[in-house]
Amino acid sequence: MQINIMYFASLRDASKKSQESIETSAHTIEDLFLELNTKYNFSLKQDQLRVAQNEEYVPFTSSLKSGDTIVFIPPVAGG
Amino acid sequence: MFKMTENNINSLTNLEAEILENPTVGGIVYFQGVVRNHNEGKSVKSLEYEAYIPMANKIGQDILKKAKEKFDIVDAFCIHRVGHLAINDTAVWVITTSHHRKEAYDASQFIIDTVKGEVPIWKKEHYVHEEPIWVACHRCNEQHELLNGNHQHGK
Repeated sequence: MQINIMYFASLRDASKKSQESIETSAHTIEDLFLELNTKYNFSLKQDQLRVAQNEEYVPFTSSLKSGDTIVFIPPVAGG
Repeated sequence: MFKMTENNINSLTNLEAEILENPTVGGIVYFQGVVRNHNEGKSVKSLEYEAYIPMANKIGQDILKKAKEKFDIVDAFCIHRVGHLAINDTAVWVITTSHHRKEAYDASQFIIDTVKGEVPIWKKEHYVHEEPIWVACHRCNEQHELLNGNHQHGK
């Protein structure tokens, strides 16, 4: 299935891109993270991240659907 | 109203006019977060904010809605900058209005704490003598449950 991924902060630095659309066989967000981490070797571990699926925070165990936009959220620092 | 902006937050003229339109308001609390020149012993020369704008706006609105449910306030506003900010620039402005001051103070504190912990905004600190780094909200673990209690970290 096709998944859109957006990268911010240190994850953007690691992937060297702001977004991409990929074909994946991952069933869950956790599977997708492992796939991307193998490719980009992120400096942040999964337990330091949150994840948004179509602009909503969800658990890493959530199932992926074709066309989803996934954003792994590094520790936030507004204010 | 919650808003992310690329523009300097120097004037709230229109917003203030809107706030003062309500004659039942007896207290207005302004909180302004500004860029300081130091953090954890390092000399900071500037800050760079970036955000996942659509989600930041959505969560920001949720936070203001929650503040209105939780506190007896009349209204709440928050404007947050993105982009490259210099020392003394305003990063965030929170305004709360209420009939009496205590509720406006309490709601203001709730809003800024929750914005810092929940809204997908990231901050890169640029230092005088060191390489820039992305920094994390130090108290955000305390804030995750404030909004809706469903914070999910990866395991």
